[in-house]
Amino acid sequence: MKNLGSVFAAYLIGWSVFFLFYITIAKRTSDLRSEIERLKNSLPRGK
Amino acid sequence: MAKRIILGAVALLLVIAAAYASFFVAPTERTMGDIQRIFYFHVGSAWAAMDAFFVCFIANLLYVWKRQQKYDSLAVSCAEVGLVLTTVVLITGPIWAKPVWGIYWTWDARLTSTFVLWLLYISYLLLRSLIEEADRRALLSALFGIFAFIDVPLVFFSIRWWRTQHPAPVIMGGSGSGLDPTMNKVFFFSVFAMHVLAAFLIVERYVLEQMRHDIELLQREAEA
Repeated sequence: MKNLGSVFAAYLIGWSVFFLFYITIAKRTSDLRSEIERLKNSLPRGK
Repeated sequence: MAKRIILGAVALLLVIAAAYASFFVAPTERTMGDIQRIFYFHVGSAWAAMDAFFVCFIANLLYVWKRQQKYDSLAVSCAEVGLVLTTVVLITGPIWAKPVWGIYWTWDARLTSTFVLWLLYISYLLLRSLIEEADRRALLSALFGIFAFIDVPLVFFSIRWWRTQHPAPVIMGGSGSGLDPTMNKVFFFSVFAMHVLAAFLIVERYVLEQMRHDIELLQREAEA
């Protein structure tokens, strides 16, 4: 069981990187969705 | 949307199953002990990164040829996901190296070419952020992306061409290489899991890029 802590650390850090990246994508997608709605509303009706 | 949620759930389950297999199914390696279990995650991420960069390269070529925006979106999505995977490779590698080599890092051909690859794709994303005009940004970044991909085969062959601190290949390494059959199964399962995770992240990032394109169109419409 030697170095098992390092193995856990490697997996934990790796998963955290993926999770943080996914969170940034979700955040950016949500911001853009709001922006699209705002722009659609600002366009004259009928367009 | 439902398909994306299913893909995400499948990716999550596969990654958890791969980790379980790495810890509890794969046998302990005789020389290195438990630290070798990083191998499944480290190499799985590396292979998924190389494939993401390969798709990025193809998408860049297709953009230069056909000038269709969807190829630009695919290229940037793959580049970003490939970069994240390479970041994981560059973090997990030194954690594995320290107990085995006694050092976290050395400037051998494999490690250096991987670090250069990471820098090249950061430059690719930086370049994109510096160009305002969409068509010009897509073309220049596609050309840079084609150039950046030259480093991918260099990373792959570095441990075959030069003597390195990094171990020689155990998969596709010719005679004398290879893995224990159980390790082999766990390894290819981990590679598959990392590819499904990469595919999920690329799809999510692609949707984001398409939305960005929609905004640019709406802004043009609003200005007209």
